[in-house]
Amino acid sequence: MEQDWIMGLIGGLLIGLAGAVYLLGNGRIMGASGIIGGLIDGTARSAWKERTAFLAALVLVPLLMVPFVTNSDTHLTQNPILLVIAGLLVGVGTRIANGCTSGHGVCGISRLSPRGIVATIIYIGAGGVTVALLRHALGVI
Amino acid sequence: MRYILALIAGGLFGAGLLISGMTDTTKVQGWLDIFGDWDPTLAFVMGGAIIPMAIAWQLTHTRKPLFGGSFPTPADPKLGRNLIVGSIMFGMGWGLVGLCPGPTIASIGFGGWANLSFIAAMVVGMALAPRFGRALDARLDAG
Repeated sequence: MEQDWIMGLIGGLLIGLAGAVYLLGNGRIMGASGIIGGLIDGTARSAWKERTAFLAALVLVPLLMVPFVTNSDTHLTQNPILLVIAGLLVGVGTRIANGCTSGHGVCGISRLSPRGIVATIIYIGAGGVTVALLRHALGVI
Repeated sequence: MRYILALIAGGLFGAGLLISGMTDTTKVQGWLDIFGDWDPTLAFVMGGAIIPMAIAWQLTHTRKPLFGGSFPTPADPKLGRNLIVGSIMFGMGWGLVGLCPGPTIASIGFGGWANLSFIAAMVVGMALAPRFGRALDARLDAG
């Protein structure tokens, strides 16, 4: 368990470093939902190459690292109904809230942005209630 | 140069997500599961990530981006309805399966079909979001 926390901290520092590079180098906020969403709804056509480069490395680097880490199992549910409902909620929700764990959480809180802080409290709260209800009350997940 | 930096940032982000365990949905759902076997790892990840970012934000006050453009304008303090409704929806989906946009993309290469199905639904959701947001505004403003 303690080792998990240390790996969490090291991984977290890398995530923060990634955000710092993207901000100080390119002047952009590293928000995963914003980078993907802008490509999908066409609001970021001008910066599509930069975003595609970011996403390509985000896919390739972890894939190349998989043989060297002890645990790369995602333990993701195989239930297609849950996956589709969750995907739709995450897709719509992050876009209308204009951010997710990386944009509001990492980039927003570190800037003491009221929107980032409030969004993070709300989505963690909503996630906690969802897990409590579906796991402990209904036993679905 | 902007593309190279985007590659470096994406690569570091992906490496960090994998190393920290955030591509493992049991760790994410474990963090949200306060009535079960609570897993605090996510707090360490978030705390670790905020440190370099907070330093970076401090540096933005006195300089310009290295490779063109300008820094994002100061954070908008307004807390609109969309921020609240959207964050509730996102949190529900996040809790349901333990995935959010960064980790699901980072695990495209090894997450299998279930992960790809989630991404397909997320992309549909993102494409529908502007319409959903307008419908929400129309309904609530009329009522």
